[in-house]
Amino acid sequence: MASLPSSPIPVLRGRFTEAHATRLLWRAGFGPRPGEAAALARAGLDAAVASLTRPSGQARLIGARPHDDKGNPLDPINVWGHDHCWWLDRMVRSDQQLVERMTLVWHSWFATSLDASTAALMLRQNAMMRRHALGNFHALLLEVTRDPAMLLWLSGTENTKYSPNENYGREVMELFTLGADRGAYSQHDVHEQARALTGFTNDWNPSGPSNFRFDPTLHDQGVKRVFGHRGRFDWRDSCRLCVGHPLHPTFMVAKLWGYFIPGAPPPRELRTLARLYRTSGYEVRPLLEAILRHPRFYTGPRMVIPPAVYCAGLLRALGRTIETDAWSWIGAQAGQRLFEPPNVAGWDYGHWLDTSRWAGRFTAVTYALQGHVLDTSASSYSAHETAAEAVRTALEYWGNPRLSSSTVKNLTAFSHRAQAGIAAGWEQVTYRILRQNALRGLIPTTPEWQTC
Amino acid sequence: MSEHARTCCEGFSRAEALRRVAGAGGGVAREWDPRMPVPAGAGMDRRRFLLGAAGALVSVYGAQRLGLTDAVLGDGIAQAAANGPTNPILISIFMQGGMDAMSLLAPIGDPLYRKLRPTLGVPAGSGLPFGEDPRLVWHPAARSFAALHDAGKVTTFPAIGYSSPDMSHFTSRHYWEVGATENGLSTGWLGRYLDVAGSASNPLQGLSLDGQMNPTLATTRNPVAAIDRPENFSLWLDGVWGDVFNWTLDSAAALGGAQRAAADPAPAQVARAASEVGIVRQALAPLRDQNGNPAYRSPVAYPNSGSSDFPQRLAGLAAMIAAGLPLRCVALTTDTQFDTHSGQAATFSSGVRLTADAIAAFQADLEARGIADRVLVHVWSEFGRRAQENGSGGTDHGAGGTSLLIGTRASGAMVGEFPGLAQLDVNGNLRENVDFRSLYCSLLEQWFNHDAASVIPQAARFRRLAVVR
Repeated sequence: MASLPSSPIPVLRGRFTEAHATRLLWRAGFGPRPGEAAALARAGLDAAVASLTRPSGQARLIGARPHDDKGNPLDPINVWGHDHCWWLDRMVRSDQQLVERMTLVWHSWFATSLDASTAALMLRQNAMMRRHALGNFHALLLEVTRDPAMLLWLSGTENTKYSPNENYGREVMELFTLGADRGAYSQHDVHEQARALTGFTNDWNPSGPSNFRFDPTLHDQGVKRVFGHRGRFDWRDSCRLCVGHPLHPTFMVAKLWGYFIPGAPPPRELRTLARLYRTSGYEVRPLLEAILRHPRFYTGPRMVIPPAVYCAGLLRALGRTIETDAWSWIGAQAGQRLFEPPNVAGWDYGHWLDTSRWAGRFTAVTYALQGHVLDTSASSYSAHETAAEAVRTALEYWGNPRLSSSTVKNLTAFSHRAQAGIAAGWEQVTYRILRQNALRGLIPTTPEWQTC
Repeated sequence: MSEHARTCCEGFSRAEALRRVAGAGGGVAREWDPRMPVPAGAGMDRRRFLLGAAGALVSVYGAQRLGLTDAVLGDGIAQAAANGPTNPILISIFMQGGMDAMSLLAPIGDPLYRKLRPTLGVPAGSGLPFGEDPRLVWHPAARSFAALHDAGKVTTFPAIGYSSPDMSHFTSRHYWEVGATENGLSTGWLGRYLDVAGSASNPLQGLSLDGQMNPTLATTRNPVAAIDRPENFSLWLDGVWGDVFNWTLDSAAALGGAQRAAADPAPAQVARAASEVGIVRQALAPLRDQNGNPAYRSPVAYPNSGSSDFPQRLAGLAAMIAAGLPLRCVALTTDTQFDTHSGQAATFSSGVRLTADAIAAFQADLEARGIADRVLVHVWSEFGRRAQENGSGGTDHGAGGTSLLIGTRASGAMVGEFPGLAQLDVNGNLRENVDFRSLYCSLLEQWFNHDAASVIPQAARFRRLAVVR
């Protein structure tokens, strides 16, 4: 196991517990498999973080291959919804969990939607983001800027010297590198960036967009003035000027921090990490290694687990993989259809729940448990299991997650209620089976289980 | 542009296909396990057993018709319902895909019309007269709209939109949903209204009837709800049925209720949603039977369509309003794709007929129940279509479009005017002469009696229109 360089900001002190490891696996991955948190806790903080930030070689996908309801392999390019399931499968099975998690971060950071593109182009973008998941932000930004799905999404191939389109020029600063209302740029900079970004084009044929390229004849060769610099800038210069802007490192650090720890970073951490980021030449890994060891990551408030992570985490906890393509509409109902962020600003990580999304998460539990529930016509189940025993058995089923006393009290009250409902002799067993299935369904819907 | 448009639209229709799948999958009524054993010798038959499961809730409601008691419902719903019966309700109906305004209200009297629409033009003599402008006729499939208009219950906006129009479905729809021409807003215009004027405990105040949250209703603070049809708000777990399943959902809601005010905001967010699901589910219980079928009867007939349950969603909505549920803003989307790049004649006709007939049935339903004065329907689309038809029997993405405001209290008088085909914009599209935000501001102020400045960015910029009587 690689050792980590010392962090320039505070690091969690004391024992690295199983609870800490559980949070790390949920926030930097897609939740623990049974026993995984305990093993990680034994390894200690640095080794645990390094196991995520310093994977070696190609990712391995562990477990059964994904398939649809009929047992057919997924066809992510041609079958609606299979793109979602294909990526969800990587989230479930990849042994490089932080690589997948950061790919999800970049997908929301550089939010691009299938609505303007094709599944093939979205998967191409996804592979590109995975390659750069833990790498250099400047390199990633260059790739994103010329990525076909992004060129379609933010009008890059409609931006020509004849008719400049400000769509990407604005968002690259507002959402990707600098942030709005910080005094980082003016409307004039937006206009000039749009000119610098001209020149991309593509062809259209019956099967869709193709042949994405930079055509110098469509590029505005004139002198532009961006952030006070003058030059015959092109798209590479546009990216370089953005990451080189004095307000970029703090934007970068605060935004990245927000994906892992609720709230803004303390001013000292912000300054220190911004310096680390700049001097490293815009490397992402050193930031992650500092953030993932910060005390606030482990001792601060909880975060709502994003829907895609929640779905993957349910399957990981149960040792299952993708056995239905229902996961795509479940993802949509739960509020995170992969490859379809709600808008160019990505998903709102502060607001994941409403009634229909909660129902979507409940449905995720339904499907995660499907085929694995106790047979209600069995006669072998205990006819004497008490209410408290039933709760204990169900908690054990999920690896004894930490629930609040209020939640345990409510589960126990339900357990009593189900038992009190027993009227006829045949119900002694059947109701206890129903109760056990119900408790197993309830536990992952609790506020504790849905947050980390 | 048209090539680009076509590709966008493939994605667009796939998104819709998904929505329908989601509706079907998520809406399947399964609150019992079909494999449950028949309880032989238990003195109970299977059907009674099932009835016992759902009956508990229904009987509570049956006792009191509405059943809106604090004991059963969240305080918010009960309170809102108690004050509710006079509250105005706004229904936003989205005709998705860019509905061809030049077919809905066809300018057959414009000298350029036949040249621009050689094959798609409404044939002379087949349209229905539009009393407010002799140049225009209603499309024959929009007979129900024409009849409502003749009765003075439709305010038309023949050229509504915004300047510098964006011809992307996504962008333009987003603008209409958020009530601003801004990319980054994550709250809907009606959502922001509910945030400032709504309740912190009544999720039914903003109701999406699309089976997923309609962005128009997205709030930051106050709860809103999304369902498909009132009889379909169902969840299930394999191997859990009967009373035990109902108690399971009660428990999920109670778990949430206990932590609504948790100090840690993340668990509190989950807890609130869980508790609201319980509230909504119970509030809708009187509207569904134990098999997930409607437990209400509509006083009028709604159209039937094999491919769309849009009319039935409206029927459920009328029943919810009649049941006294405290709705304020409701949003729903037509199933028909109006993105008619090719084969427009057939798609448009069937789509408009279904939409217009369903809305007319809804209007008649409300009138029969004596609640029509509380309800106003706004019908809109993200843009109109290109004036010149394309070579595929269709039309491409355009700009200025048509909105309708329908109800007994709609002004009934046209706002703006048909601008004529001689002055199209640089892309060959109809120019708008009413900004959609003018309509939004006017609705907020005249229908909800609420200052638009707290809801619509730069509200002062938009002129107010007389839209409500």
